[in-house]
Amino acid sequence: MKTDLRVALVGNPNTGKSTLFNTLTGLNQKIGNFPGVTVDKKTGYCTLPDGRTAEIVDLPGTYSLYPKSKDESIVFSILADKANPLTPDLVVIILDATNLKRNLLLYTQVADLKIPVVVALNMMDLAKKNGIAINVDLFAKKLGVPVIPVAARKGEGIGNLKAAISFANKIALQEESIDVEAIAPELIAQISDELKLDNPYYALQLAHQHEDIKFISPEQSGRIEELEKEFSFHSQKAQAAETIARYNFINDLLYDTVKIPETAKEESVSNKIDKILTHRFFGLIIFVAILLFMFQSIFAWSAYPMELIADGFVWVQNSLHHLLPAGPLAGLMVDGVLGGLSGVMVFIPQIAILFAFISILEDTGYMARVTFMMDKLMRKVGLNGKSVVPLIGGFACAVPSIMSTRTIENWKDRMITIMVTPLVTCSARLPIYILLISLVVPNRNVWWIFNLQGLALTGMYVFSLISAVVVAFVLKHVIKGSERGYFIMELPVYRMPRWNNVAFSMYERAKTFVFQAGKVIIAIAVILWVLASYGPGDRFEKIDQKYKQPQFARSLKPDELERAVKSEKLENSYAGVLGHAIEPVIRPLGFDWKIGIALITSFAAREVFVGTMAAIYSVEGNAEKMESVQQKMKTATDPETGQPVFTLAVAFSLMMFYAFAMQCASTVAVVYRETKNWKWPTFQFAYMTVLAYAASFIVYHWLR
Amino acid sequence: MTLSELKKGVVGVVKEFTDLEMSVKLMEMGCLPGEKITIARIAPLGDPIAVNVSGYQLSLRKFEASTIILQ
Repeated sequence: MKTDLRVALVGNPNTGKSTLFNTLTGLNQKIGNFPGVTVDKKTGYCTLPDGRTAEIVDLPGTYSLYPKSKDESIVFSILADKANPLTPDLVVIILDATNLKRNLLLYTQVADLKIPVVVALNMMDLAKKNGIAINVDLFAKKLGVPVIPVAARKGEGIGNLKAAISFANKIALQEESIDVEAIAPELIAQISDELKLDNPYYALQLAHQHEDIKFISPEQSGRIEELEKEFSFHSQKAQAAETIARYNFINDLLYDTVKIPETAKEESVSNKIDKILTHRFFGLIIFVAILLFMFQSIFAWSAYPMELIADGFVWVQNSLHHLLPAGPLAGLMVDGVLGGLSGVMVFIPQIAILFAFISILEDTGYMARVTFMMDKLMRKVGLNGKSVVPLIGGFACAVPSIMSTRTIENWKDRMITIMVTPLVTCSARLPIYILLISLVVPNRNVWWIFNLQGLALTGMYVFSLISAVVVAFVLKHVIKGSERGYFIMELPVYRMPRWNNVAFSMYERAKTFVFQAGKVIIAIAVILWVLASYGPGDRFEKIDQKYKQPQFARSLKPDELERAVKSEKLENSYAGVLGHAIEPVIRPLGFDWKIGIALITSFAAREVFVGTMAAIYSVEGNAEKMESVQQKMKTATDPETGQPVFTLAVAFSLMMFYAFAMQCASTVAVVYRETKNWKWPTFQFAYMTVLAYAASFIVYHWLR
Repeated sequence: MTLSELKKGVVGVVKEFTDLEMSVKLMEMGCLPGEKITIARIAPLGDPIAVNVSGYQLSLRKFEASTIILQ
């Protein structure tokens, strides 16, 4: 889209920046990535009162231009790098009117970069309610920039803000805040001189950040380093001095422009809520109750739409099979591509519901309290208070949970959370566990109320959580983190969730999942389809010929014949050959080649296991007919020993394998997407496979 | 006395910091020398704590609070 003006939105977290962004751009926005980093880049378009179009870029929320995380480092790079194609013509700084003091620190920093600035004074409605009186005209006059009072949630003042954007000057007119040069006079003068800079604050920022900035050359960076040594510049001391100077300026500024009553009303309401929600005893109980409710809802509410999607695909596949002439192309399209697509689509309801909950928890401010309550416990095992939600979400599906780890600022904590989340028992493992447990665990009660099968299933769930925590504890000592772990975090005031934001988040996450993970899953599904549908040499023709002989047609019903052909073809397909080939490797775990085939076909998605078992034991219908699969598996015997295949040892060994193995292409794809480095999914796949093999081996030999 | 030793609800005034790196972050968040500070609540497991400072609520670990010296 052609744009006349590029506007960047800058502000502290929790100032209503994304609400303002949504209000300015409507749904006319797109989410991409800033080059080279996994930070969401939201851009949108806004028509100004004079008919021009402004491109609005939403920059990550930050408290200062000195970055504490990778997300925050984007802000300075985009504002300062004149060669960056995203460099804005105008910066709109959002200030929370109820918390002006801390918000103004970032304003003074950005203003000193001498980029044209407009201030959006947000949450004016709340400020009024709390009795905070702001003399906006005097405030604007003192800053020397347009100050527009807005209430983004209510849509108030948006017209004025758009007008201010269209009237904004091309040159920066803001008043000086602090004497920047006084912080490091010789160094700033020398850097400005050598790099031909006309802005002392830009020169000072380069002195602080030159090592991490990509837009200056290594020679320039090296030269700045030399100069710093020459003038004995100490980055942290200079930052401390700058921050104190800025707050002095801010205190002077606020002295005669803002009147704040002794206790803010809104905050005391928030405090009352906190007394209950972070209560020593009830706080944890309420949290567990909320988690259980989330967990239940994800399962309960998604069951029907998931069934609908799956049935819909089956219907489309069946119809296409009738419509299209049978052949390899139709098979590839209908069974390979559509089959793979249905495997992706069925997870949409779970993803959407999980993200609805997460966005409500974040919007209301409760997520910050969860972090606050759980931090001590999670820190012990190398995780972070914010890791709780992804781990619990992992019971539904690891894919949206891994996407939700973005709320964890600390890089190391986030990586560990991503690495262990797939260990938690996801819903795709459930059918496998149910099938195997009901096969070997007797359906009777112990200690009056506990059902043995239920206990076994619960045991698998608890075991998965324990293994995730143990692995996290190990990784804590393995992964090297460069960022120091802080927990200096704002506890925002409780707010009502914005429902359109919740809806948008559901839509956006589901879309991202389908487009990003979908590509990989479909590719792998197609490969697996080819492996299962074709065999080496003329084996398939021989099977066809064999079953064309009249004695088969006489002794078997047509559908029985078809199933016999299918079963024998699967055994002789490339997947079957592979199953035989890996048998020596999986023998120590108690698995035969038939289980080997199921391991291979469920390589991309665990839930395929049951379907493959059904095909191998050539049962009627499809995976839904679980009882009949069970019956066949129960009576299956080893042709060599005559013993049953699925003993207690084999079933539990198999469950251990599925508990640990990374049999999920979607997760691999999403881990790559979130870490932007194949190292992480590769490492994860490797460690999980090793654990799977070891756990299966131990369990098989222990129970045998 | 440090912030980690302050009693809940008692008003303290920030004097200085013992950890330079931490102090930069704390000051950016509005926790500056001369600011009034009170402990609003303690997490159910005893750590971290939530403090009122500069007109809003900030949470920090006890270790981080122990680097803040009060007047």
